[in-house]
Amino acid sequence: MKLELRGVTKRFGNFTANDSIDLVIEPGQVHALLGENGAGKSTLMNVIYGLYDLDGGEILLDDSPVHFAGPGDAMAAGIGMVHQHFMLVPVFTVAENVILGFEPTGKGGIINLKEARKRVREISDRFGFNIDPDTLVEDLPVGAQQRVEIIKALSRDAKILILDEPTAVLTPQETDELIGIMRQLKESGTSIVFITHKLREVKAVADKITVIRRGKIVGSEDPSASETELASAMVGRSVNLGVEKGPAKPGEVRLSVKNLTLLSHQGVPLLEDVSFDVASGEILAVAGVQGNGQTELTETILGSQPKAIGSITLNGTELLGKSIRSVLDEGVGFVPEDRSKDGLVAEFSIEENFVLDQHDKSPYAKGLSLDLKEIEKAANEYIEQFDVRTQSSKSLGSQLSGGNQQKVVLARELSRPLQLFIASQPTRGLDVGSIEFIHKRVVAERDNGTAVIIVSTELDEVLALADRIAVMYEGKIIGIVPGDTGRDILGLMMAGLPYDDALAEAEKHKTILGAVDEDSDTPIGGAL
Amino acid sequence: MTVSSEQAPAPKVEAEEPAGSPSRWGTALREIASSNATVIVLAIFGALVLAAVLIAAADSQVQTTAGYIFSRPSDFFSAVWDAVSGAYTSLFRGAVFDPQAKTVARQFKPITDTLTSATPLIFAGLGLGVGFRSGIFNIGAQGQVVLGAILSGYFGFAFHLPVVIHLIVAIIGGFLGGALWAGIAGFLKARFGANEVIVTIMLNSISGFLLSYLLTTTAFKREGSNNPLSKPIFDSAMFPKLLGSEFRLHWGFVLALLAALGAWWLMERSTLGFKFRAVGFNADAARTAGIKVERIYLLVMLVAGGLAGLGGASQTLGTEGVVQDSIGGSIGFDAITVALLGRSRPGGIIGAAILFGALRAGSPLMQAVSNTPIDIVQVVQALVVLLIAAPPLVRAIFRLPVPLKEVAA
Repeated sequence: MKLELRGVTKRFGNFTANDSIDLVIEPGQVHALLGENGAGKSTLMNVIYGLYDLDGGEILLDDSPVHFAGPGDAMAAGIGMVHQHFMLVPVFTVAENVILGFEPTGKGGIINLKEARKRVREISDRFGFNIDPDTLVEDLPVGAQQRVEIIKALSRDAKILILDEPTAVLTPQETDELIGIMRQLKESGTSIVFITHKLREVKAVADKITVIRRGKIVGSEDPSASETELASAMVGRSVNLGVEKGPAKPGEVRLSVKNLTLLSHQGVPLLEDVSFDVASGEILAVAGVQGNGQTELTETILGSQPKAIGSITLNGTELLGKSIRSVLDEGVGFVPEDRSKDGLVAEFSIEENFVLDQHDKSPYAKGLSLDLKEIEKAANEYIEQFDVRTQSSKSLGSQLSGGNQQKVVLARELSRPLQLFIASQPTRGLDVGSIEFIHKRVVAERDNGTAVIIVSTELDEVLALADRIAVMYEGKIIGIVPGDTGRDILGLMMAGLPYDDALAEAEKHKTILGAVDEDSDTPIGGAL
Repeated sequence: MTVSSEQAPAPKVEAEEPAGSPSRWGTALREIASSNATVIVLAIFGALVLAAVLIAAADSQVQTTAGYIFSRPSDFFSAVWDAVSGAYTSLFRGAVFDPQAKTVARQFKPITDTLTSATPLIFAGLGLGVGFRSGIFNIGAQGQVVLGAILSGYFGFAFHLPVVIHLIVAIIGGFLGGALWAGIAGFLKARFGANEVIVTIMLNSISGFLLSYLLTTTAFKREGSNNPLSKPIFDSAMFPKLLGSEFRLHWGFVLALLAALGAWWLMERSTLGFKFRAVGFNADAARTAGIKVERIYLLVMLVAGGLAGLGGASQTLGTEGVVQDSIGGSIGFDAITVALLGRSRPGGIIGAAILFGALRAGSPLMQAVSNTPIDIVQVVQALVVLLIAAPPLVRAIFRLPVPLKEVAA
């Protein structure tokens, strides 16, 4: 089935999210839609999927115009969508989720679960998904949940499958599996619209690439185009993908973590005997699949996990047992992993967010009063320094894009002299431009002589920044390896293999993305 | 991806449009119409209109004329007009200005009565507002008012102290009473994570029985009286009248205005208020920034309870001169509406408290003159809450556009 958009326009108030978009998705193609966050990719897909009404233009399926009043219409016409955030009911089984909304019923309106199970098994077997229809969705790993979403779409005979940022939540190995699945689907005649801002994946799988910027299509690229070319098209200016970073000049050991152990309420170890050192002037990247103890590790250092045992010393001072306030006062800068939950007060102005942890200290406070003038002055300085795109320092945190929110958090944490800087997922969900900027600042902080810990589940980021890499698996540090360790080895270590085994295994099987690395124009450590 | 993130590269183009161009006016109008203040004003208006329907329906003349509405509709409509206009006119006369009164002082007395009724509502509303803005849903103003009344009253009749000092001591007693009572809920929330809504509701009930019990003890009970009435409070502990003995309005009203100023400074200008608001909006981010969230919960409750306690003190030391079973009235509950109506801002709370004070002060005359049941005032209050709690409903009724932010969500 061929999907064509002609002059599709979508506005929100004065803001044009999609500006007369023309696009043709040919049958049996993987068509990548590449663009920064906020470029209008998801809006466009929501328009196609019937979630938004068109403000102009038309949608054609096999050359005849169609109108979708809602996702139901789109599905009936053969369009399936896998959202970035899965639309699954965690307490339902796979089969129940798949039939939700289209329940096959028998006599008296009773749901025919047998039929549902059969359908799931059929599709699962056809594509080698390896999904049991009777498992509860909440018990499945993220990658498998995504496959359930795909089964859901396929079970409704989707001829066109829209995947919205499908790899954002996956491990490298899961990403690899997904790419395999996409290729298989393509061979069976399904068209795939693949929305992403990750260049490497696009190059690995796409037949055709359309770049979208600020709501407009700015060009088509061939998958053979270099990553720098793609990134430049996406951002609208030339970008430097690699992080310019000289060799680390590690000084004396700043942070020393010894035998750190933390148990959950149920007594399950979240951190198990974790020990490592970080020296001044070096970046230690903590790699690992989400949920293997990285969050707990950073929280414990910050002091929000008072039950941890072991020892954390900064310049010889024991941090464990101190309040968050005193840990921050020891010179620890902390960028939390979830900026909207822990980093920023959305209803506060940029000014207020800038002084969130310093508001009662000079020069921002005079006695019991806030010094609003001083706060405003400092905020405007940091807005300038960190290139926060905003109309005013009085704008609310919620009015900023993700990248600018992160810059506000970063500016706050880097605005005072630091001994140790910890950043969790510092660039999650950000656009190329912001990532480039934030990476530069992190390296600059290292070169200032601060000890830096970067926690990231994105291997690309780890490789770009790390001087040394600690890989975490199930609450333990599985190994600490040099910063230039290969992607495949790290991927295997993230799955729990010790370094030596991972090295041997990686020699045998190269992953698709690992292979892209080798003939890519940017060496290992590209920013994306 | 939401709309707000789509708006990231904010275009600054349309700022320089010529003045008076229609789109600019249209935008301005839409912004005003989308603001909460408009919804509140319309909610009050809507409540008065709905109450008018009830007033008309309850009126005997309207009922009679409705029987022959099709033969003589004009009778029906003039009866409706008479009932509604009569009720609201007498409400106005009772609450703001009475042109029919004999002396000038009496003509202006209604507005002073309104301000007197508004005084405890301002205090309690401020307390609740501080709590709401700090993310604490304190339903316990009623109990805090009662405890404030008990302690201020006790300080007022149990000790002999010089003028001024006695009043100050009694006022502090009122603050402490409310603060300690709310502090119980604050402590339980901070220490054990107990839900403040449930705890404060329970404390409301307990405060009522505590008051009844205290009024039977020798420390409180007035000698030679069988009624649940405390000893009379000494004049030295009473708020002086603000406009002379002819009017009930007392200096407690001025103190309430000062408290509003203080609450404004606390929330908008002080480092403590910054912490309060940070915790209220996002306790996780506040904690990550080193703010001791649990301590803040306790402090918020102490401040909120203290303010509500002052509301109780303004009753005992301002108008009643005695502690009795009915001292709290429904101040603590009305104050929830006041805080909601005033959007938890001091200025708004003063306005809302005066509105409610007016309804309260005007309703007796309304009942006497136009036979409108006094309960209609309760209905108006309830309708206001209902309409505010459902802004989208108000928008739909008045065909207001949805604010852009909500589209994004």
